[in-house]
Amino acid sequence: MKARVIVTLKNGVLDPQGKAIEGALGGLGFDGIGSVRQGKVFDVELDGSDASAAKAKLEQMCEKLLANTVIENYAIEIE
Amino acid sequence: MKTAVIVFPGSNRDRDMFSALELITGSRPQSVWHGEATLPDVDLVVVPGGFSYGDYLRSGAIAARSPILKDLVSKADAGVTVLGVCNGFQILTEAGLLPGALMRNAGLNFVCKEVLLETVTDATRFSGKFEKGQVWRCPVAHHDGNYFADAETLKAIEDSGQVVFRYADGTNPNGSVNDIAGVMNAQGNVLGMMPHPENLVEDLHGGLDGRLIFESLLNAA
Repeated sequence: MKARVIVTLKNGVLDPQGKAIEGALGGLGFDGIGSVRQGKVFDVELDGSDASAAKAKLEQMCEKLLANTVIENYAIEIE
Repeated sequence: MKTAVIVFPGSNRDRDMFSALELITGSRPQSVWHGEATLPDVDLVVVPGGFSYGDYLRSGAIAARSPILKDLVSKADAGVTVLGVCNGFQILTEAGLLPGALMRNAGLNFVCKEVLLETVTDATRFSGKFEKGQVWRCPVAHHDGNYFADAETLKAIEDSGQVVFRYADGTNPNGSVNDIAGVMNAQGNVLGMMPHPENLVEDLHGGLDGRLIFESLLNAA
């Protein structure tokens, strides 16, 4: 089973890297950009076929390691 | 005072810390590899600076899940003094021993320079040898030192006197909220700080300001 975990910064947490990317995109001539926030994507392959068990396991992975929940949110997608 | 320094793959200020501890406590610290299960019986455990695991995932994130951390957390809960410097501070926040998180510097640059610190409180085991409000010199060297805590946590740590050191006189090098440079847990036995006091303890370093932290700990032990 394949899963994708997306980790993003919480609202209200400053993202200097996103700001720099936003500035660089503007510099390349892309207009109309409201804002850019950057994050991380993890593609995880899991044994088994039970999607709800996989989701529960991935949630634990996020809570324990993949995300720092002080500053980050996570979302889990299972194919 | 008996001390130990935890060494991770990618630690690089461990020997500076060893040297400072030996100089000031008069006894040789024990080196503890991160893969070990238990810490020796000591008065102070130091988590040193560096780039543990190459800062992969988030600075300090992988090191905070090392085998030795389990024992560090239980010793910290039992009241043993723990000091985390730079990457050590990042590891202690990632391990949940300290509030908040350390993010990419607001200016996006690695900063390696000297800053001024204000000792906010002298009523801790880490700062007893300072005067309250004392401003002192200290080197910094980091890329992810931008301290962040949500509004509720920030109010709690400010109100309870857990903020021990602040960047002073406009020298905040990384955008840390409330100029926070060093913060303690609620129990008062775990301190994390981005600046490197171990790098200002000998005349050859160009100053002795950093000694006061170690002398405070020695005095309190």
